[in-house]
Amino acid sequence: MGTLNSLEKGESVPVINFNSVSKVYGMGENKIKALNNTSFTINKGEFVAIMGSSGSGKSTAMNILGCLDTCTTGDYLFKGFNVKSLTRDQRALLRRHYLGFVFQGFNLLARTTSLENLELPLIYRRIDKEKRRTLALSALKKVGLEDRINHTASELSGGQQQRVAIARAIVTNPSLLLADEPTGNLDSSKSIEIMELLKELNKTTGLTIVLVTHEDDMAAYAKRKIIFKDGQIISDKLN
Amino acid sequence: MIYNIIILSLREIKRNLLRSILTTLGIVIGVASVVMIVTLGEGTKIQVETEISKLGSTMMTISPGTRRHRGASQSAKPFDIKDVEAIRRESSFISDVAPLSMKRLLVIYGNENRRSQVAGTDKHFTDVRSWALSSGRNFSYAEEASGKSVCIIGETIRKELYKSSNFLGTNLRIGKISCQVIGLLESKGEVMFSGDQDDIVVVPLKFFQRRISGNDDINQIYASSINEYMLQDAKQEIELIMNERRPQRDGTESRYSVRAVQEMSAAFQGTSAVMTAFLSAIAAISLLVGGIGIMNIMLVSVTERTREIGIRMAIGAREREVLLQFLIESSMLSLFGGIIGIILGLLGALVIAPLMDIPVIIQLDLIIFVFIFSALVGVVFGFVPAKRASQLDPIDALRHE
Repeated sequence: MGTLNSLEKGESVPVINFNSVSKVYGMGENKIKALNNTSFTINKGEFVAIMGSSGSGKSTAMNILGCLDTCTTGDYLFKGFNVKSLTRDQRALLRRHYLGFVFQGFNLLARTTSLENLELPLIYRRIDKEKRRTLALSALKKVGLEDRINHTASELSGGQQQRVAIARAIVTNPSLLLADEPTGNLDSSKSIEIMELLKELNKTTGLTIVLVTHEDDMAAYAKRKIIFKDGQIISDKLN
Repeated sequence: MIYNIIILSLREIKRNLLRSILTTLGIVIGVASVVMIVTLGEGTKIQVETEISKLGSTMMTISPGTRRHRGASQSAKPFDIKDVEAIRRESSFISDVAPLSMKRLLVIYGNENRRSQVAGTDKHFTDVRSWALSSGRNFSYAEEASGKSVCIIGETIRKELYKSSNFLGTNLRIGKISCQVIGLLESKGEVMFSGDQDDIVVVPLKFFQRRISGNDDINQIYASSINEYMLQDAKQEIELIMNERRPQRDGTESRYSVRAVQEMSAAFQGTSAVMTAFLSAIAAISLLVGGIGIMNIMLVSVTERTREIGIRMAIGAREREVLLQFLIESSMLSLFGGIIGIILGLLGALVIAPLMDIPVIIQLDLIIFVFIFSALVGVVFGFVPAKRASQLDPIDALRHE
């Protein structure tokens, strides 16, 4: 993975550079173009909301951004590095070292304490036990849950679970945080808490955040809004 | 990294503790039965070997055969002292020969009495049986020739009738006849084929014939070859001598039989080895079933934890790390099962061995083999589920409900 180390130097290049990216599912007559020739760049420190109705291609864009999937044509440059040329395992390493994920369904490990959940990405990064604990505690503090270290997911409220999930995503100090409908399972007051937290993280740490949502209220917290329709970008402007 | 994955696997096992225990049960039972059966089998083998050495590995018994007389089976004519003398004189592979006539009689000393085996023989008896005297002396030539009323007692007689060490020179009553105790045989203990060896009173053959049986018959002849390797030669030699001395009159008579103790026990050992192999095979099948149980549960586990696998992949787990985690989980399960099985098997053997009257032989090589084998069961049967987990698509896995 020597090639990935060069990513550390790419501070000046955009975090994300989508260059005529298309994604096609299926073959022949069943072909569906989920993304059609989309291009955009996201720089370090940006807080971008990706919007669109279902089937607009925003989830596909999210999967490609998160290196969970690759594009059919075009190029996706992550910090100037072409993700297309990477193998499955190399993309896993890229996620491990540079990406943080927050999902709609929280996706914490069941019957596992907050601390153990936060340790998981650190274990894959081969960080030793002492350091893991320090990092995990500091991340939990950032999301205001330092008093819920030994609570399992079922002992936390939805809002708290999502905050643990955010802590898990930022515990590795990633270059990019991808949040896929993070407020989709929460009531409005909890949603506001989560969005405030993301906004705060973006402001204080300069963390680049890409948020996928279909709610205008939530998108309003972001600095920039990209709207997808039928696999294409129809709007890209600052809030 | 492997250390961390072991930690992750242990957490998973702990999280589903009851299911983990139930999953390993198959392995536990399989391993426990293999360990117990093989341990008991080995104990039986050692026991039989000890028995042979107690009876004497070079020893043979010569008995009169049976003859058919008007359809009924009768004992052939007993031996007499001339047969013993002939073997002693004419053989070259035989080191010792002793005549033997036995009868079960009441033996009395003071207020104590006991029904014991009374054996009329000569001083070679102790050599044939490789049976030393722990105190006193053997018969003298004069005592044998005159049939003097002297006797050598076994340890059981001393313990039951005397309860002390003051027995030399006392008068023991055999039935109605009194005889002087001149020696004590070393304790041989119980022997599988012929009971308590120490429950015996040995008297000179002439004394036995004259005062107890009232005839000149000899029921059996004991002989021992010079060493174990000459056993077969010695046996053939006895047959040659006896064929000449006891000519066959018609086809219905078996005039005598020569049996080596070793042959009897070899037959017994063969049976016991076959039994052990057979039972081990059954136990091995139960191990196989246990392995399939682990595979089944791991497959269920992979399906159930699809979302978790997706999370791990999104966080940055590579294929091999997911594969390794599931493989380690399944081998941990089978290894724990193996360890518990080994412990239970040994405990079972410790409980059952005394009931079977055999020693417990703990075989380290068996334990190491079973240990490695049970780990392998986990690896082999865990591979398919682990491979399936590692090949999942993270997007689909994350979407899995």
